[in-house]
Amino acid sequence: MKHSFYEASARERIEGILDAASFREILPPAERVVSPHLQALDLPAAFDDGVVIGSGTLDGESVLVAAQEGEFMGGAVGEVQGAKLVGLLDRAVRDKPAAVILLFESGGVRLQEANAGLIAVSEVMRAILSARSAGISVLGAIGGQYGCFGGMGIAARCCDSLVMSEEGRLGLSGPEVIETARGVEEFDSRDRGLVWRTVGGKHRYLLGDCSILVDDGIADFREALRRLMESRAAFDLDAVLHEHDMLTRRIEQLGECKDGADIWRCLGWNDPTLLPMLDTNEFLQQAQSRAAR
Amino acid sequence: MERLEFRFIGGRALEPAAARLVGVVGSGNLEVLVESAALNGACTVEVNTAAEGFGAIWNAVVTDFFARHPLGDVRISINDNGATPAIVSLRLDQAAEEFAAAVSVRDKQP
Repeated sequence: MKHSFYEASARERIEGILDAASFREILPPAERVVSPHLQALDLPAAFDDGVVIGSGTLDGESVLVAAQEGEFMGGAVGEVQGAKLVGLLDRAVRDKPAAVILLFESGGVRLQEANAGLIAVSEVMRAILSARSAGISVLGAIGGQYGCFGGMGIAARCCDSLVMSEEGRLGLSGPEVIETARGVEEFDSRDRGLVWRTVGGKHRYLLGDCSILVDDGIADFREALRRLMESRAAFDLDAVLHEHDMLTRRIEQLGECKDGADIWRCLGWNDPTLLPMLDTNEFLQQAQSRAAR
Repeated sequence: MERLEFRFIGGRALEPAAARLVGVVGSGNLEVLVESAALNGACTVEVNTAAEGFGAIWNAVVTDFFARHPLGDVRISINDNGATPAIVSLRLDQAAEEFAAAVSVRDKQP
């Protein structure tokens, strides 16, 4: 039986993705570096502030790794969690590991920490880009039940490459946020089909927002991350301009679409209702044959 | 938030071992951190809980736990977000078993 990435905790994911017994945690729970803001607000803290960071090896290569814990406050980023992520990325610039691996699971900024949380998220984005410009490969993975939204959705797209499962979700404003702000007529957050057509892994793969789509298994994520470590995405002015061109074309080609299914039709899927029913392999085969045409 | 402290004596002192964390501070859940500590053979349990006014129930749950797992020189720290007594008991047992798996009990040495 597969060990599900979706159902695993942050610690279980790290254990399953790195080589056995290679993980060395930085600022482990016993250090008790907890959020000062939650304490002041009389809210429960977590000993690791909802993120596990450290070093280890993947297939023998040295890596730095972080995993957010979605069960603690929806993976929301506060000041301490942000500082841990930034510190890890700064260390990468110094130590030059083969890659930094970020296992995202976050609703975005931790609103209870207000400006400190917002600043923390922006510092994480800058630290990812700084590591990349220093030549370090920063790889992300998204496949947890809380998805990856808000500022961390942007941070995820700052990485070299992303791995997602179909279950994973990536977006800016999450479904509940859109419904609250714009009404249920605009977006029904309880319509699971709609949610996955808008932010789910298959949709993100077809748009090119993630480079590898895998089944929901920790071993599948490990293998995909290992493959990504073999190549580096370019990160220079040409690459950024190329990305801007891609986004401009996306708006031109798909800007009128009202639903994920409309987008899939534009991309050559004549019967988009079949797409959510395909298993990962069938889906990838069909997506790749359409892309080739 | 309410902070509660318990101290038990008469447990078996364990060889020092790496700290162990189980559980996550999710809604209705808790995390339990178990560490070796020089406590003159005592076992301490420190609870930080979001549910105030349940001191008597915590006392019963951790007393039962110590009866099942009489540990010594061990410091247990809990962050709780409204877990039920049954969940707390299961997490404590899980923490004690995972911690003890990495430790050899001195009393068992010949």
